[in-house]
This record gives sequence, structure tokens and C-alpha cells, in this order.
Amino acid sequence: MEASSITKDTVKPTAKEAHLSVRNLNVHILKNHILKNIDIEIPDKSITCIIGPSGCGKSTLLKTFNRLLDKTENVTITGKVLVDNENLYEKDAEVTHIRKKMGLLSQRPCPLPMSIYDNIAFGCKIHGTRNKKKLDEIVEYQLRAVGLWKEVKDRLHVPANKLSIGQQQRLCLARGLAVEPAFILADEATSALDPISSKHIEELFVELKKDYAIVMVTHTLRQALRIADYVVFMYLGEVIEAGPAEQVFKNPRRELTKKYLEGAFS
Amino acid sequence: MNKKFSNRIFKDKLASGVMLGLTTLSLLLVVGIGIGLYLKSQPILEQKTLWTLLSTTEWKPSNGEFGFLPFILGTLWITGLAIVMALSIALLTAIYLTEYSKSSVKRFVFPALDILAGLPSVVYGVWGTLFIVPWISETLAPHFVEYATGYSTLAGGIVLGVMILPLLISLFVEIFSVVPDDLRNATLSLGATPWQTIKLVVLRKSFSGILAAVVLAISRAFGETIAVLMVCGNLPVIPGSVFDSCYPIPALIANNYGEMLSVPLYDSALMLAAFFLFIVVLVFNAGSRIILHRIER
Repeated sequence: MEASSITKDTVKPTAKEAHLSVRNLNVHILKNHILKNIDIEIPDKSITCIIGPSGCGKSTLLKTFNRLLDKTENVTITGKVLVDNENLYEKDAEVTHIRKKMGLLSQRPCPLPMSIYDNIAFGCKIHGTRNKKKLDEIVEYQLRAVGLWKEVKDRLHVPANKLSIGQQQRLCLARGLAVEPAFILADEATSALDPISSKHIEELFVELKKDYAIVMVTHTLRQALRIADYVVFMYLGEVIEAGPAEQVFKNPRRELTKKYLEGAFS
Repeated sequence: MNKKFSNRIFKDKLASGVMLGLTTLSLLLVVGIGIGLYLKSQPILEQKTLWTLLSTTEWKPSNGEFGFLPFILGTLWITGLAIVMALSIALLTAIYLTEYSKSSVKRFVFPALDILAGLPSVVYGVWGTLFIVPWISETLAPHFVEYATGYSTLAGGIVLGVMILPLLISLFVEIFSVVPDDLRNATLSLGATPWQTIKLVVLRKSFSGILAAVVLAISRAFGETIAVLMVCGNLPVIPGSVFDSCYPIPALIANNYGEMLSVPLYDSALMLAAFFLFIVVLVFNAGSRIILHRIER
């Protein structure tokens, strides 16, 4: 199939406008206060980087956005995470519908134990799309969106773990996009990749922010410098400073932020 | 060089040598048993072809007829029934324990499973005789056949199934725990329900592990003797239904070895039966090892 045969209207995921805000969020695991009074807004259609030293709660915060902490034992979550004014932690909130809105890209790529094609089609299938032609279109569209189509179009039915790590990560991104999320949550998504693959993902994020709100946890300050529009700096479970990247990097308001950016601790 | 120093080096060398020797000894034991059984089963193989022995159904040692087919089929029937019954229960239990249950439930269930696994098999035999056999003969069988003693292939299958259940559950739990949480999270983040995650991803990822566990359980079930012997009736006929008696190979050996050894070739026939078991268990164990090894890579 040629590029032209896929028109934007047919399968273009309607990147749903949605807004994410966190209100007074507290997470305890046993007696440990992991997240303390988090109050932030995630700006639409931009890249928000969560930075901070190891163990500051960055990843935990990201996990609260798609309720991946649900299975952790002895966890208490209070406060609100609002997506379009719908609280994810409302008692009767339906989890799968929430998670569908949040594309997740983990630290190490983890392709599902099936073919490249099925990895992308998986999400659509579990949500009820059975039409083969429609699935074919979605698979091709999403593989093109992450620049993988040319590399894999002749071997769509080989197991996904035969791809290189960098390709796998792009496949995972495409897989997430195929269920038409509103957000992309990336948890140090480039840290396991080689520099070239890593750059590839960064470029994709810059491209994708036109349609999605991207929240990425990163351990690399330079990466945040390169691509962040907004920055959230966390330390010991608290948000120390949050704001436009320009301001936070050039004019940090808090002493702690300044020290972290200077490399006084990491 | 002072004396103390060389002394302690010598002790180390000696210790490692002794340990190597003992390790080799236990390996040689396996080989030795195999060779012993093979040699002992030679006399009957010199008189009859292996095929005749395996494919005939008459078992009349005093007439010199040794047809192993009923015993082989009895073993296969019982093992098959046990695996079929235990597999689904063990799979669902293991899924519940790894994917759904809280750790408080696990703390309670795992010790209970250990106890089940550790019970002497004669206890299972008694339980089968006291409860399963009468239940089959009085409650279940009358729906299907006119008369049944209850000492049957089905009773053997049930008792054996219960016996391999703890083994299967603990193997499955281990196999599912190896599936990385990242994979579960990736699937859940696509909006999959936990059940979809398990059915479409976790089970698929652990398929070869499940296969290896089943193979291992089969080899365990094959050799189980006492409990099965107590409930399966021990008649050397090919069972026509699960309510008929049967006579698995281990029971044949246990019941007859030591008696009637004056009958020519009887001794050798039993040794041949033992040699079959040895080979089957060896092959299945090796098979399961190979599968597990391939998963690890």
C-alpha cells in the first residue's frame, strides 16, 4: 500500500482534546508519604517534563495518571486527578476507559508476545474493532506515524521481539497511539535506548505534541532542556517548582531548583 | 612455605575431590539403575519381541504370556484423567493467586499447598478408598452404568489429579511471576481488563512454561504407585470406560515383585516394566528441562 492510499480522515486518530490537572494529590504506601500535596496542571498540546533526583516520586506521579498504582498493596491515594473535570479516583470511575486515554511508554520497550501487526492491532481489537481492513489501515497509519513502516512493512507478521530495541520502543509508541489516547505518558522512555534511537523518540514527541499532551519523566536534564515546553521539578515527593521550561531553566524561583540544575545533587 | 599453609590448601583440595566424587556417584547411580533394569529385562526380550510384549493384551505369567498393553493403557488413562482434571483447576488457581489475590490470601494458601504436596501418598490412597471410591460407586456411576465397584480408572485419575495439583499450582505461580510487570502494565494501559491481560498476554507469554510444567507433572504422575494402586481395582484388562478397573504399570510392579518369582520370565517382565517407567520419566523430565531452558534464553 502506498502512502497516498491512506487518507488522513479515514484513520487519523481524533486526538481528543483533554485536559489533565492534579488537585491536592497524596499517596501513601504503608506509612511512607510518597507524594505530598501535588497540585499541578498539565498543559495541552505540549511536552511536560517531570524532573528530579531518584526516588523523588516522579514515576509514582506518572502512575497515578493511569491508575497503575491500583494493584500495589497498602497504597492510599487521596486527592484528585482530573481529566476533563472527571476525577480518575472517583469511587465509580471505570479504570479501563481511563487507561485508554493514557498512552504509556515504559522505560524498557515491552512488545506484547505476538507479531508486529498484532501488537498494534491488539488495542483496537480489545476495544471491539474486528474489521480486517480497518485494522490494516490503523496498523499502517500508526507504523508510519512512528517512522517504522518502511522498516517493517515486509515482515509485519514476525514476532515483535525480533526488532531492535529502538524499533521496539517506536512500536510500543505506535501501539499506544492506536487506541487513540489523549495523553502520552513516558517513563524515562529513552533511557534504555542508544543515542540514535533516543533521538528518534524525542523527535517523534516533538512531532506528536501537535496532537497530544505528552508527560515525560526524565532523568536526563539535557533531554528536558532539549524538548520540554513545561517543567515540573520534584524533590522528596513534593513539587518544588513548575512552569514553562524557559523560566524554570533560566530563572528558577526556588533555591533548590537552582541547585539541582547546577548539578549540586542528582 | 610454612606447614600450616600447605595443610589448609591440602584440605581444600581433598574436600573438593571428595565432593566431586560424591556428586559423580549420585549421577552414576541413575546410569547404574538404568543399566541394571536393562540387563535384567534382557531374558524376556530374548524370547519375545518388544512389539509382541507391548501390543498384546493377555497377561498370564504362568502360561508365559506377558501382554503389557492393558497396563500401558491403564497408566495412560489415569495419567490423562489426572492431568485434564488438575490442569484447569491449577491454572485458574495460579492465575487467581498471582493476578488477583492479596498477599494475605497468598500467605494462607501457599503453606496449605505445601502441606498437600508433603502428605505421604498412602494418605491420598486412604482418602480415595474411603471417599472417592464409594462416591463413584454409589452416586456417580449409577447414572451411567449398571454396576460399578468404584475401584476404577476414574478414582485413580481423581486421586492422582489431587496429588499433582499442588505441584502444578506452585509451578504455574512461579511461571506467571516471571512474566514482567511492565508487560502487564503495557497491556493494562491500552485499556485491557485484567482478564484480557491474562488471557491474551500473560498466558501467551508463559505458554512454553505451562507446557514444561505439564510435562513435569505427567512424569510425576506416571510413577505414582501406592495411592493409585489402592483405588484403581488392579485388573489387567483394558478399561472400557472410566468406571472400569485398570492396572497401571507401577501398581503391577509393586503388587507382584517378590511373589511368584519362580514363574519363568516373570521377574524379567516386571524389570522390563520398570525399565519402561524409567525411560518415560527420563524422557519427560529431559523434555521439560529443554523447554524451560529455551524459555530462559
